Amino acid sequence: MEVLDTGPAAPLLEMRGIGKSYGGVAALDEVDFSAHASSIHAVLGENGAGKSTLIKIISGAIAPDRGTMSFDGRPITVADPQAANAVGIVTVFQELSVIPDLSVADNISITRPPKRLGLIDRRAQRRRAEELLARVGCEDVNPRARVGDLPLSRRQMVEIAKALGRDPKLLILDEATSALTAADVERVYTILHRLRDDGLALLYISHRMHEIEELADTISVFRNGRHISTFAKGTQSDDQIVQMMIGRDVSNVYPPKPVRTEPPPVELEVSRLGWTDRLSDISFTLGKGEIVGLGGLDGQGQREVLLALFGVLRNVSGTVRVFDHKGVPRSPVVATRPDHAMALIPEDRKTEGLMLPMSISDNISLTSLKWLSRGFVIDGTAEKNAVDGMIEKLRIKIGNPDDAVATLSGGNQQKVVIAKWLLTGPRILLLNDPTRGIDVGTKEEIYRLLRELADAGTSIILYSTDYDELIGCCDRVLILYGGRIVQTLEGDAITETNIVASSFNLPVESEAAAEPVRPQ
Amino acid sequence: MSNFRLWISHNTGALIAVVLFLVLYIFYSSLHPRGFTTDLLVQNSNEALALIFVSIAQTLVVILGGIDLSVGSLMTLVNAVASEVVIGTGPEIVLGIVICLAIGLAGGLMNGVIIVYGRLQPIVVTLATGAIFTGLALLVRPTPGGEVDGDLSWVATNALSELPATYGWWDSDPGWFNLVSGIPMPIVILLLVILLVWIPYRNSELGRGGYAIGSNEAAAYMSGVRINRSKLAAYTLSGMFAGLAGLYFAIQTGSGNADPIQAGTYTLNSIAAVVIGGTSLFGGSGGAIGTIFGVMVLRSITFCFRVVDTDSAVGFLANPLLQPMFEGLILVIAVTLGAARAFSVKNRLNMFR
Repeated sequence: MEVLDTGPAAPLLEMRGIGKSYGGVAALDEVDFSAHASSIHAVLGENGAGKSTLIKIISGAIAPDRGTMSFDGRPITVADPQAANAVGIVTVFQELSVIPDLSVADNISITRPPKRLGLIDRRAQRRRAEELLARVGCEDVNPRARVGDLPLSRRQMVEIAKALGRDPKLLILDEATSALTAADVERVYTILHRLRDDGLALLYISHRMHEIEELADTISVFRNGRHISTFAKGTQSDDQIVQMMIGRDVSNVYPPKPVRTEPPPVELEVSRLGWTDRLSDISFTLGKGEIVGLGGLDGQGQREVLLALFGVLRNVSGTVRVFDHKGVPRSPVVATRPDHAMALIPEDRKTEGLMLPMSISDNISLTSLKWLSRGFVIDGTAEKNAVDGMIEKLRIKIGNPDDAVATLSGGNQQKVVIAKWLLTGPRILLLNDPTRGIDVGTKEEIYRLLRELADAGTSIILYSTDYDELIGCCDRVLILYGGRIVQTLEGDAITETNIVASSFNLPVESEAAAEPVRPQ
Repeated sequence: MSNFRLWISHNTGALIAVVLFLVLYIFYSSLHPRGFTTDLLVQNSNEALALIFVSIAQTLVVILGGIDLSVGSLMTLVNAVASEVVIGTGPEIVLGIVICLAIGLAGGLMNGVIIVYGRLQPIVVTLATGAIFTGLALLVRPTPGGEVDGDLSWVATNALSELPATYGWWDSDPGWFNLVSGIPMPIVILLLVILLVWIPYRNSELGRGGYAIGSNEAAAYMSGVRINRSKLAAYTLSGMFAGLAGLYFAIQTGSGNADPIQAGTYTLNSIAAVVIGGTSLFGGSGGAIGTIFGVMVLRSITFCFRVVDTDSAVGFLANPLLQPMFEGLILVIAVTLGAARAFSVKNRLNMFR
């Protein structure tokens, strides 16, 4: 690691040799990191670079496996968020930590409420809430309102007000602006600059490059759990920063892509799809046998596109044409009917994919029981044949199909989820980050399987947080940013540099190769 | 939105219970020969108070997102003990009451400790401890009987006017007392408990923590809420309310009865009352006040059956065998009204979380 000048003063926060692994995969590896008072310090990196893990360790949400921390010159261990607050480390989390059923005032004073005669003084609490809300420019929020009833952007501002109420010395903002409106962002900038001038240390995690340019004094880049470099703002160009974030080779584990002479017949046509403030103006087509990737940073609306197509979301606007059917499916039941023939491999196999205590066999046949039943009774032989066929086809390593699916490894569990959906014979396959947290060998099998399915005529939409996968698997990649498609990459234009650049909504390297989306 | 409208929207469940109660109780009183008299009010409030305390005990646990199957049993245990110890000289009676409440607190604390430190599900733990409490109750009182101080019994189950009369506080009632002398004693006791226990708890960090845990435990943890402490406090206080219920039931009946069936009925009714009173079984919202009205709705249904004329067109309503069915119907209606929120869910996955 190279460390450029970060100021002469001793750091407020100093971390040495921090390491953290999850199931043998290092999320952070021998990280040295420091943050100084009176400074806004941005932390940059791709998905999975280790930024979030770093923040969670500093804020006490998780404990590191190795390494030491010191704060204000004293060695500390932060056992939990409470201990972090006690020394002056306060975090505004990306996943909001406000409590939906409590009022705004209750939330702001959740840990140290003003008291009178030992009881919470509600009036004082409301006044305090009003003061703090005024500090973040949100006088319009009623302190009595239930937080769960506020729009996301207001909730985020409540979260910031709550953090300020704890008198932080080190304030960490983890994607704190992702839900804010442009006017709020301006206000937050003003507040952050003022806080820096008051002597606070601020750690700022953001996926928005221009925000970092505007805000940060110091920038640190992380990649694959390592701290790559720390430098003062303006000493490195955008290109150099993007290179630091990538810096690795694309491995050779992907099956070859077919060469097309003419565009395939369109199976799915999406136009002007919108949903609440999370998706707007999403238009694209999916051809027979194509693999279209959804890319971009986490949480830019990719999941919502898949959920909308699968009928999970309510009040979706725009039109969708599936084969000859117009209209968004109203529910997963409709989406899976033979006339739509869709399947969605969900993002979290444990909560949305599998019935963990049920057997492997039961899990695989669950979606296809309609075809496997005679009258009202499940045909045991047909079920067994179908299940065995899938286990063989996907080479799922199991002892006995009657074992609970929870006994399998992550990779094999994921294969069970895929098997269960392939058994329905889908013509449109939606995949939500299907290789997250599984081993490399299984990943390769899944890549080959996807290409085989596509060659056999299945049309596939693949959302992946791993850029390599998008490059290796997809015929076309749509990059989402803030709920919109900001770039469509095709053929040779699907490069890591282009994906990373457009994920941060920067212009791609070679405009000619890529196909910018024109406003409609 | 104005503060008043916010208040309405935050308390919809409880307000529905209040309206249901008023409708049912006014219907009942207007048909009853002694309707709208102190006599009837005293009798009805006596019949409701024990269940109110048990249901508040249940509410505290439900707010955390749990469920407590032991409240009825703990009440029965304290009831059995009370029939042995709440008698004798003044100080002895006071000591007896303290013992009863201490048993309630200890039972609740035991539930809390096992659930918090054993990291177990409340429903399983309280199913087991409920059986323990019932067993202990049978040990203390194998057959119904025992005795509770008669003066205390008389005072606690009549109008407030009997309190100074029984203990000879003054020869003739002072003028201001006539204004309140007609209030039934159970209502006075309930008001005192709400003012001295529930409202302070609701406005303490511990109580706030309980709501936060039920609403979103992970966010509460990340906010630095003391999770274990709040849970232990809620279970302990819940035990105390179950103890109060047992104590009052003994005072009301003047004896003790370790009846496992009755314990089960009280537990199930407490869950129904909590739901009717607008506390979500998912936790995080609601409170004791709603629950009180939930109990009164349940009790009013029972009362209504007593006054229906068997020869009238609705005579079939008088059939006591139909009573559970009507209680069930009311429960369904109340829960349906409370769940109308689900229609505004945008992401259908959120309906399952």
